[in-house]
Amino acid sequence: MTPPLTYSNAALLKILRSVKTIAMVGASTDWSRPSYFAMKYLQEKGYRVIPVNPAKAGQTLLGETIYGSLSEIPDAFDMVDIFRRSDAVPAIVEEACGLAPQKGIRVIWMQLGVVNHEAAARAEAAGMTVVMDRCPKIEFGRLHNELSWGGFNSRVISARRRKVRLP
Amino acid sequence: MSDKKPDAFGFETRMIHAGSQPEPITGARQTPIYQNTSYAFHDVDHAASLFNLQTFGFIYSRLTNPTVSVLEERIANLEDGRGGTCCASGHAAQMLTFFVFMEPGDGFICSNRLYGGSITQFGKTFKKFDWQATFVDMDDPARVRQALTPDCKAIFVESLANPGGVVSDLKALGDIAKEAGIPLIVDNTMATPYLCQPFDWGADIVVHSTTKFLSGNGTSTGGCVVDSGRFDWGQNDKFRSLSGPEPAYHGLSFYESFGDLAFTTHAHAVGLRDLGATMAPMNAFQTLLGIETLSLRMERHCTNAQRVAEFLEAHDAVAWVSYAGLASSPYHGLARTYLPKGAGSVFTFGVKGGYEAGVRLVEACNLFSHLANIGDTRSLVLHPASTTHRQLTDAQRTAAGAGPDVVRLSIGLETVEDLIADLDQALAQAAKS
Repeated sequence: MTPPLTYSNAALLKILRSVKTIAMVGASTDWSRPSYFAMKYLQEKGYRVIPVNPAKAGQTLLGETIYGSLSEIPDAFDMVDIFRRSDAVPAIVEEACGLAPQKGIRVIWMQLGVVNHEAAARAEAAGMTVVMDRCPKIEFGRLHNELSWGGFNSRVISARRRKVRLP
Repeated sequence: MSDKKPDAFGFETRMIHAGSQPEPITGARQTPIYQNTSYAFHDVDHAASLFNLQTFGFIYSRLTNPTVSVLEERIANLEDGRGGTCCASGHAAQMLTFFVFMEPGDGFICSNRLYGGSITQFGKTFKKFDWQATFVDMDDPARVRQALTPDCKAIFVESLANPGGVVSDLKALGDIAKEAGIPLIVDNTMATPYLCQPFDWGADIVVHSTTKFLSGNGTSTGGCVVDSGRFDWGQNDKFRSLSGPEPAYHGLSFYESFGDLAFTTHAHAVGLRDLGATMAPMNAFQTLLGIETLSLRMERHCTNAQRVAEFLEAHDAVAWVSYAGLASSPYHGLARTYLPKGAGSVFTFGVKGGYEAGVRLVEACNLFSHLANIGDTRSLVLHPASTTHRQLTDAQRTAAGAGPDVVRLSIGLETVEDLIADLDQALAQAAKS
């Protein structure tokens, strides 16, 4: 068995604070699917999320047009969030590597349960940061005290007063 | 990627800080008591997201409350678990745990030496839900394996049993549970996470009565269920309430949607919602205060208990002492493995002269409070045969470890010489017939 993947809070925060636009591959139009939960939450937190799903291309999801592939997205995006099986990852990463210079892709994020070490190595070799087997919604909530509201162990220990922006 | 546990802190740091950062709006450093039932929505869409479990946040204090959440995270962190669910008492925590994954007709295996209140809850009240508890002598783990049936959904044990000083072989039981594809649930009340870390030995879920050492001062009843997040609820078809569609949430599958957050999400969003055994915010606050000094108190509880047990073992009026910290205890070896920092502070001893001597002893104590609780800063004494186990027959009392001569002690934080002197004079009076 390979050891569990670990990422420091600082590294994850750096990603979550620098990324603005996320292409979500495998976004579902079914409200009860995990990808729908994640897209809705990330939008609420201020990210623009562009859904990618070939079966639903051209439809609208949570106010965004769904595209058939990464290369069909007209706008730039910083991060690719992959809601697909691990064996579907290499083709997505390959496409992202080709688009990275033009679109400004800096991060490949694979969802909970999605792990592909070869694809990760390929993306890292192309200069991108890779996160595997994590959910950006859960990590955002964990690092901003919201996951704690549900009784979860955020593992965040700090005596600093958080800055709160007033509207 | 970095080292194994990034952002790791020591136990004492976490017992003070885990879950509790300065309140961001006001800067309040101590956890505020949110004496409040309900929480305003930003708009209809926000409300919908909350009710659909799509976002994090508060709806109603029967499910979650900001003060209680801090305690949940604190205990989950100290147990190195994924999440915690606090509730009204230790009994509520047990009810809530089984409610997450049991169906009518299901069963589970538990130790026959559990705390008497657990034996009554499992053996009598759980029958009303058609849940069958099978009580097994877990000193021989092979008997647990023999008792497994296809309907068996869990193994339940105390890390350190109340009151008899019994220590469970958690590693052996964890291996059996893993083979069977069912969770090992450990009541860690008597040991606390300071003395024992059940998840390190293969436990999947830990339950607590926070009423005892965690709150520590005898102020607040409460319970907590901690999920390790490591049990695969989808590995077989035994746990449909987590792996299958949940009718009250439009057919959502908790395990698929929430992964390692599923158990704790279910315990709040279904368990507390419908069983309603919520912890009061004030009790959560008192328990948080208690946990801030847990390691210091447990160290002194253990050293005091060790001294008192050694004194009693050498006393002429004492027939026997059952404390896992003594070399004479059959559980001494297991205690050194699973409770290396001390064997807790609750134990039993036998007073020579039987029932009458036991009654005279508790009535002669001056410093020990005569009452039915454990894990207080005050030292406590109880003669089970004349109080908690009075309704039982002699044979039942003996089987429950509450024979006529049995006295239970919960050793507190007083000056240990004073405790020894009080027991010495009480034993002298008990010996006078």
